[in-house]
Amino acid sequence: MSADSPTGAEEQLKLRERLAKLRNAPLLRGVGISGELDRLQRQIERIAAEPDADEVWRAVELARHEDRPYTLDYVERIFDDFVELHGDRSIGDDQALRAGIASFQGRTVAFVGQQKGRDLRERQQRNFGMTSPEGYRKAMRIMELADRLRFPLFTLIDTPGAYPGVSAEQHGQGGWIARCQLQMARLGVPTVACIIGEGGSGGAVAIAVADRVLMQENAIYSVISPEGCAIILWRDAGEAKKAAAALKPDAAHCLELGIIDGIVPEPPGGAQEDYEGAARLLGEGMAAALAEVDGDDSEARRRTRHAKFRRMGVFLE
Amino acid sequence: MASRIDVSIEHRGSEPDDGGSHPNTCPRCNSHYRDDELDQTLWVCPHCGHHFPVRARERIGQLADRGTFEERDAELRSADPLAFFDLRAYTERLADAELATGMGDALIAGGAMIERRPCELAVMDFAFMGGSMGSAVGEKFARACDRAAERSVPLVCVTASGGARMQEGILSLMQLPKTVCAVDDLRTARSAFLCVMTHPTTAGVLASFASLADVIVAEPGALLAFTGPRVVQQTIREKLPEDFGLAESNSRFGHVDAIVPRSELRPYVGRVLALLSG
Repeated sequence: MSADSPTGAEEQLKLRERLAKLRNAPLLRGVGISGELDRLQRQIERIAAEPDADEVWRAVELARHEDRPYTLDYVERIFDDFVELHGDRSIGDDQALRAGIASFQGRTVAFVGQQKGRDLRERQQRNFGMTSPEGYRKAMRIMELADRLRFPLFTLIDTPGAYPGVSAEQHGQGGWIARCQLQMARLGVPTVACIIGEGGSGGAVAIAVADRVLMQENAIYSVISPEGCAIILWRDAGEAKKAAAALKPDAAHCLELGIIDGIVPEPPGGAQEDYEGAARLLGEGMAAALAEVDGDDSEARRRTRHAKFRRMGVFLE
Repeated sequence: MASRIDVSIEHRGSEPDDGGSHPNTCPRCNSHYRDDELDQTLWVCPHCGHHFPVRARERIGQLADRGTFEERDAELRSADPLAFFDLRAYTERLADAELATGMGDALIAGGAMIERRPCELAVMDFAFMGGSMGSAVGEKFARACDRAAERSVPLVCVTASGGARMQEGILSLMQLPKTVCAVDDLRTARSAFLCVMTHPTTAGVLASFASLADVIVAEPGALLAFTGPRVVQQTIREKLPEDFGLAESNSRFGHVDAIVPRSELRPYVGRVLALLSG
């Protein structure tokens, strides 16, 4: 059933009311949840309680856990084959963003994902997972390829934010984040994004303008890091926990706000406890999301995607 | 890394270090002026050329032909979807900002004529919570795109913003793809988009609709950066180039089409609008 049909809209409203009641939260008007009702229903059952400040902070800690699986850990487990493509065809190859073509359940998909480093040396090489303009240009090159050759696009998001460096600024960081979003918004092929760790601000949303946006259970998605917010509003980085509770960056809140379309469960204790299990659940989640938006009508898909993002926001009139 | 700030609102160099000095005192050369003197010079220091911040309604008066601006969506207001509370409630900050500025939110939009050319005009105001973009700003901008598309006229936007509004959490981040999609719809309708970036245009606004304009004009000395100099300095711990992130540096690296002093802005925008109308 489509969420755009009158009955769909009505049922969706009922579900949203139930969601709000379950969570004991005010019903948000003007927020659209796109997607299938049964999926929404399933997820309502998953999130029967509003996460409290401690649970939100636990998600922040797990999302940044040093043993958490990173993008390439999933790539080698989810795909049968992966050929990495390098470089932005202009000035460099960003090691913090990996991209290529992959084989997923018997078909070719295009892939873009942000990669953090494991040890200090690798972390530095990968700029702590912070993408530069070179990375966004590489992503755009892979998106264009996906569109032309009709491959679905998968993206995995895991970044504290876009790289705050002199050359990144000189090379137009803000402009490339904007153009990367534009390119992704315009794609005619189905797109699925999943936040697997930190979804840090503009650096994350640049590759998250997808038909289906998922979050792993313990991932966070936020306009600013809790520490950054605490410094600005509380003038004290030590208040990060309070800031996190206020920002509500956890998956359950993001789902309730209509920002994401689904939550991908993690093994007990978090993804870091069981890489195989986490990868299996992520692969299943991505496959299910892809099946929902698969099909040939690229113009309709573009329109639906635009409508979904243009609905986002809560305001009074 | 964790303490990195995307949405900081920064001042450096030519800007006052704190709120201590009088708003009519030039932070660059210390000259002091009466309001009527600065009105005369469009709030540019006659002595050293420093561009003072301009309030949104004042800017509309400077740019639009007299009596042609028709404001739209004036009643649209921010909600408080997260029930956000830091040291104060978000609703309280909103009410204070409205009282202090006389604006409903950080962006005013409507139809206008500039040098006898019709356009949609959207102007941001840094005085309203640092010009930050929440749901209300995103929606008003997107609707301005739609009206420009419907009327087949160009969109002119004047930006002044510290970025996304933290108090709306993830919803404010979603205003980036939302406004990007709105610009895409504007492009599909074949309407042109001119953006005047003023001090400061940073973070979420630079990383969304502002950078997607067909013609980008900057005011002299404006900070136009995704991440401001203070945070970049904290990260790399090196001395930054003297004009880091400023309009002049952006011009050298090819990110803006022109740096236009305020006194020449209206005729410049008029010329571009005339050419864009074919």
